[in-house]
Amino acid sequence: MLKQTEGSHAVAEAIARCRPEVICAYPITPQTHIVEGLGEMVKTGELANCEFINVESEFAAMSVAIGASAAGARTYTATASQGLLFMAEAVYNAAGLGLPIVMTIGNRAIGAPINIWNDHSDSMSMRDAGWIQLYAETNQEALDLHVQAFRLAEELSCPVMVCVDGFILTHAYDRVDVPEQEQVDAYLPPFVPRQALDPAQPVSIGAMVGPEAFMEVRYLAHHKQLRALGLIPRLLDEFKLHFGRPSGGLLRTYRTEDADTIVVALGSVNGTIQEVVDEMRAEGSRIGSVSICSFRPFPLDAAREALGRAKRVVVIEKSLAVGLGGHLSDGVRKSLSGIVLNGYTVIAGLGGRPITRSSLHQLFRDAEQDELEQVTFLDLNADLVAYELAREAQARTSGPTAEAILRRVGTVASQIA
Amino acid sequence: MFQTRIHGRGGQGVVTAAEMLSVAAFLEGRYAQAFPSFGSERMGAPVIAFCRIDDKEIRLREPVLDPDAVIIQDPTLLHQVELFKGLPSTGYILINSARGLDELGLKEFLHGFRPNRVRAIAATELAMKHVGRPVPNVPLLAGFAAITHQVKLESVVAAIREKFPPAIAEKNVAAAEEAFAVAGGKLEASHA
Amino acid sequence: MEMQPIKFYQTATFTVGNRLLGEHERSVQANMRRTNSLNSGHRACQGCGEALGARYAIDAAMRASSSQLAAVNATGCLEVFSTPYPETSWQIPWIHSLFGNAAAVASGVAAAMRVKGREEVRVIAQGGDGGTTDIGFGCLSGMFERNDDVLYICYDNEAYMNTGVQRSSATPPAARTATTAAVGPAPGNVFGTGKNVPLIAMAHGIPYVATASVANLRDLEFKVTKAMPIRGSRYIHIHVPCPLGWGSAPADTIKVARLAVESGLFPLFEAEHGEFVNSTKIRRKVPVDEYLCLQKRFAHLFAKPVDSTRIALIQAIADHNVKRFELLG
Repeated sequence: MLKQTEGSHAVAEAIARCRPEVICAYPITPQTHIVEGLGEMVKTGELANCEFINVESEFAAMSVAIGASAAGARTYTATASQGLLFMAEAVYNAAGLGLPIVMTIGNRAIGAPINIWNDHSDSMSMRDAGWIQLYAETNQEALDLHVQAFRLAEELSCPVMVCVDGFILTHAYDRVDVPEQEQVDAYLPPFVPRQALDPAQPVSIGAMVGPEAFMEVRYLAHHKQLRALGLIPRLLDEFKLHFGRPSGGLLRTYRTEDADTIVVALGSVNGTIQEVVDEMRAEGSRIGSVSICSFRPFPLDAAREALGRAKRVVVIEKSLAVGLGGHLSDGVRKSLSGIVLNGYTVIAGLGGRPITRSSLHQLFRDAEQDELEQVTFLDLNADLVAYELAREAQARTSGPTAEAILRRVGTVASQIA
Repeated sequence: MFQTRIHGRGGQGVVTAAEMLSVAAFLEGRYAQAFPSFGSERMGAPVIAFCRIDDKEIRLREPVLDPDAVIIQDPTLLHQVELFKGLPSTGYILINSARGLDELGLKEFLHGFRPNRVRAIAATELAMKHVGRPVPNVPLLAGFAAITHQVKLESVVAAIREKFPPAIAEKNVAAAEEAFAVAGGKLEASHA
Repeated sequence: MEMQPIKFYQTATFTVGNRLLGEHERSVQANMRRTNSLNSGHRACQGCGEALGARYAIDAAMRASSSQLAAVNATGCLEVFSTPYPETSWQIPWIHSLFGNAAAVASGVAAAMRVKGREEVRVIAQGGDGGTTDIGFGCLSGMFERNDDVLYICYDNEAYMNTGVQRSSATPPAARTATTAAVGPAPGNVFGTGKNVPLIAMAHGIPYVATASVANLRDLEFKVTKAMPIRGSRYIHIHVPCPLGWGSAPADTIKVARLAVESGLFPLFEAEHGEFVNSTKIRRKVPVDEYLCLQKRFAHLFAKPVDSTRIALIQAIADHNVKRFELLG
């Protein structure tokens, strides 16, 4: 059913259609509206056969999810930023125990300095925890990916993280098609756990594994992610059949067939990138873009196929590998192993800094001329940086960086972007 | 694509305005995207919300930097925030004020703008009159419908009824209808 | 329901199955049909108080729940010695997740059972003092606050034993641990620190809180049996000597535990919804010295010259407990 509604609310409705049995979450901006929506649905009875638990921390949220999932219940939680870090130990634990928990990440920057706005540093911090990580480009895809996530998680016995850009998607009103219950039921069968806590068949879960078997256990986790590379496209095809639209999959290409320059990115910024690609195509550029949906497992073969014939690849990163560059770039570079082309990493949008059409347009122009550094920070205020470096150089007890910069930037309330 | 930027202060329903506008466009079968610019979440702080309307899927995800219309819910923001940044002289302006545009000190600024695309509406007063609360967003939306024709009044009314519980909705509808008329809006012949 | 105190001459020993009592009065462990949920073959130290307490507690819980039980275990001695990969000594559904989240995981298990219409399956969360009073404290309080239907059992051996005897907030004053060395002007654990989790549990107003000791195993079984049919959060705090960490003889475990109770240092009591309802009276009060001198972790108090100041401070704690919990009839 077509609706004009807030992204978070649409996600909540999609999750409700997946018949979750236990929902446990701790509030953190920008995920709050999703969990509030679900909580209300449980209270009114609209979402039946579901336990909604208000936990006391994100660590408790993932822990409750672990217990519920281990006991055979379809389980969901959501978090972002600081909350994801706070539950980090449990995030690894869930993957190690092979529990098919689905979690929404309302992508948000990680402090210090504290920042509530969007970037990908949170989900990036957990990229090697063993979870599957899917990035939504639009609110439609955000809700669709959750339906696929439960299916994927339960078939593989592996937890899945659906990453939705905070504020940009979560708090935007968009036109979305919310699936009907019958459609979801036809696509997502009831949860049959691989292992469960059941007095009828007692089993001990969570043993210590020593040097004699740890390598093998970890290899199997690696193997599981590789199997996901095959399963994700199959689930996309099935999804198209049931719902009539191509949400998800490993990656999507846009006008890349004869492109010399290809831009790669995760999430919502791809929409803006596609607008710029159209503008530049109209001006005669041979440019295209790739939106990667499955970041873990990283689609090495599909990326190589999509990017291998270009002259240059520009990777837009909403997270920073401090001192190195980007995380997405690592995967892209690896996928292009042996192929010679120019690769550029552009760090953009950190902490919610808007990524504008005009900035991207200029950036891509520079890329076409190969006039870009290896690593660029888009729209960096060089004066501000220079000022702060000079200030720090003057005294050993120079005080906190963030606060000093803010003092210089002044009131932001009067600014638009 | 038609881009609107709404300026106001926290507590004035700026974000709700953008959302309702997007719902109104949706009800006419169009695509719409509405989202806020987040600053500190407290009453009284300057707040901006954006709404894009188009006949095809909207892919753009940046703030509205080159609006076709600017709605100003709080005139005290004038001269404090660059409210009109990016707005061309062919753009639409709606200001919540019982005072005239000249009195607001905008005479010179508005010199190049088209008179039928610029309005001051006493939206707060209208809201107080019909709804009993000084939230000017609904009358301004009706004024927007009147001067831009991007959405019909009936769509705005439908969006109001979707958003608010019945009793409050009808009061807002009354405010919207009066604002629409005040702004010089003409109901389409087929809906007369 | 009050437990009838039974004298030793009435029961005979557990090894002969309490044969002087009628069957219905015998302990769970004395019963041939006990479930033996923590089976033999685990790797606990000789004389481990925790293994003893866990065996008694879980079998009592199994009897009380008609064997419909799932257990969630925190990281620690019990988890490590009971599940040496690839073996397990648990005969019940059992999960170990992390150090600090047993209470939360158990809350999740209980929620799943509820939503699946299997509320007859009861949930126990168990952990040592470290996992309960320190790192697991937040999750424990959350579980209590929500009144989740879980029985939490804390096996208190008064330090982080599994990692090498480091101090926890359950470590008593003056005790030597690896991080509270018995050196310097204030040897051992600092006075005036520590946390009384049973009292904190009471402050949450949960349906049932009790302390127990491996010195009185019938009482321990009784309390678990009493707790099991109650719905909502329940907490049982069991004092379990650790010969290795305490420096006591493995054969002395029950004796040391009894001296802790009889000195007043470990009061046995019950509370319901935040109010005391019962305490076990001390039969023959002993000075704390008798308890302390059996443990090397307090040896520095008895090195010449005897640290009578600190011993007196510990005695004062015992005396305060006696008054507060009305331990003397």
